[in-house]
Amino acid sequence: MLAFILRRLAQAGLVMLTVGLIAFSLFRFVGDPVLFMLGQEATPEDRTRLTLLLGLDQPFYVQYAGFVARALQGEFGISLRQVRPVSSMILERLPATLELALVAAVLALVAGIVMGVYTALRRNSWFSQALLALSLIGVSLPTFLIGILLILVFAVLLGWLPSFGRGETVDLGWWSTGFLTASGLKALILPSITLGLFQMTLIQRLVRTEMLEVLRTDYIKFARARGLSDRAVHFRHALKNTLVPVITITGLQLGAIIAFAIITETVFQWPGMGLLFIQSVQFADIPVMAAYLCLIALFFVVINLAVDLLYYAVDPRLRIDRAAAAH
Amino acid sequence: MSAPLLEVKDLRVEFPTRRGTLVAVDGASLAIAPGEILGVVGESGAGKSLTGMAIIGLIEPPGRIAAGEIRLESERIDGLPYEQMRRIRGRRIGAIFQDPLTSLNPLFTIGEQLTETILAHLEVTPAEALARALALLAEVGIPAPRARIGHYPHQFSGGMRQRVVIALALAAEPRLIIADEPTTALDVSIQAQIIALLKRLAREHGTAVMLITHDMGVIAETADRVAVMYAGRIAEIGPVRDVIHAPRHPYTAGLMGSIPKLGQGAGKKRGRLVQIEGAMPRLNAIPAGCAFNPRCPRRFERCLAERPELIAIGTTDAACWLYADGPR
Ligand SMILES: Nc1ncnc2c1ncn2[C@@H]1O[C@H](COP(=O)(O)OP(=O)(O)O)[C@@H](O)[C@H]1O
Ligand code: SF4
Ligand SMILES: [Mg+2]
Repeated sequence: MLAFILRRLAQAGLVMLTVGLIAFSLFRFVGDPVLFMLGQEATPEDRTRLTLLLGLDQPFYVQYAGFVARALQGEFGISLRQVRPVSSMILERLPATLELALVAAVLALVAGIVMGVYTALRRNSWFSQALLALSLIGVSLPTFLIGILLILVFAVLLGWLPSFGRGETVDLGWWSTGFLTASGLKALILPSITLGLFQMTLIQRLVRTEMLEVLRTDYIKFARARGLSDRAVHFRHALKNTLVPVITITGLQLGAIIAFAIITETVFQWPGMGLLFIQSVQFADIPVMAAYLCLIALFFVVINLAVDLLYYAVDPRLRIDRAAAAH
Repeated sequence: MSAPLLEVKDLRVEFPTRRGTLVAVDGASLAIAPGEILGVVGESGAGKSLTGMAIIGLIEPPGRIAAGEIRLESERIDGLPYEQMRRIRGRRIGAIFQDPLTSLNPLFTIGEQLTETILAHLEVTPAEALARALALLAEVGIPAPRARIGHYPHQFSGGMRQRVVIALALAAEPRLIIADEPTTALDVSIQAQIIALLKRLAREHGTAVMLITHDMGVIAETADRVAVMYAGRIAEIGPVRDVIHAPRHPYTAGLMGSIPKLGQGAGKKRGRLVQIEGAMPRLNAIPAGCAFNPRCPRRFERCLAERPELIAIGTTDAACWLYADGPR
């Protein structure tokens, strides 16, 4: 168990270093930062001084080490556009994105599992067929189109829900939440549906396929032969076995939800990191882009790690060290 | 035979398909007395498993029981609503399937699977259920039950897993156990142990067993009576000694070709079913008249036109026209 965790941690570290390298190279591809900061008019002496000050005369790997060391402390420099520390800009935007992603993920998971189980157990009902047809539409429509359609119907035509922004938020020290106000909650509905729809249909189809597979196994047949109730067979035995592979996919999709929030945030003008990233791309605001890249990578790595551990907790066959040799 | 515990009459199991209806079990009748072990033999595809599944009400749609009746202690149990049948499964009819490696849910400990089965049928507290689970494990010969009860199926060998499966089948003291090839998937060295265990437990608990197997040797050692199935029908049914020593049906006679005589070296050399020339017909090509007629060395005209029903010949019943005018 410990060896397993250590191995995974080492892998995670390697992934982060690689992403860091890519983020770091962004700076070098986009041009001379000294020129960028001082403008055309600066004297050569000024440039040399700044070059030395920024350590740009050092070899590549020393500079990279410095970048990593600063990144570890959450230091990504100053935004070129807003002239503020990148870390505080990102921190400001983080709650908006995480709250949106959380709601979208919970929605996708709960609705996906419920619908997947339903369509597997009631395979031939017309409602299952309708759900499957709907989910096919869900996977094939692009996110922005879904967002725009939702805005059109629920914001423009019906006027029930806001079409942009987070509504009122409450400040809890360093975290601003939209969960505590009616307008904040209302503002979450359309964007979270837009963001989670793809994952919801994905999870629904996965759960359905997996569940149908499990229901055909011998141990389910034997569970019925033991006289367990339908409920125990379906929701205790079949569901648990169904969820083992679902955990992996869902976990990975959570990372995707955070990353793909860019599109939803743009459509709904949601003041999160994704929107910040898009704005930074327009201004070639490299420090912000680099920081965003590293943060998203960090999310993926942490989620992956959590998924592995969860998988391990759910499936006893992986806990090899406990297995008394099969005798 | 005393009043039967289980009685199956003219059972017919069908599978509707696009190209017509397949009849997998066709007019099978058999009875099992309390405490009796009935062996069921026949080639693969003869309809043995489906007969067992029909009895516990687990034929998978689109398959269905199309005709006949199944009575348990005189009470009709085919076509019962799911919940009523559920209370019979496990409680009054237990089941053991072929492959112990896949019969247990890999994500639950054997203790969880045992106690949930006990709690589903008996009015006991969880603590009592646990105590009973431990006793069952000890009874089926799992060493150190207290240490093993929290283990998952993958932590047991195949033979040990089949013992757990037997404990599960016995969990609520059913009066009948349907054991569908309980040793086929096991190591040869372990097969005899499992059969001996099953036989001992059946005797001690007074449980009747429907023992489905390929292995005539197992039947000879274990069963009181034997039913021989062919192409979804019962070819012959009767006391084991009589069927082995004086098979009536030509198919049974062919099967018995390689059985070692009872009593001499029993358990050492097991006779598998001998090959009779030809193969059992596919379900969509069962011949008219006697289903065995293409392979039968003794067939005559009547066999091609009319289907023989079971005819009593002394202690045995055989479905063969040779006995239409009494035994020969
Ligand atoms: N789901 C099914 N659909 C169609 N035919 C089936 C199905 N299940 C079993 N059968 C057929 O029924 C016949 C009897 O099967 P089975 O009872 O499993 O035989 P046995 O246990 O004697 O080997 C076989 O020919 C098999 O092909
Ligand atoms: S009925 Fe005829 S074909 Fe069938 S087993 Fe008897 S003799 Fe053979
Ligand atoms: Mg079978």
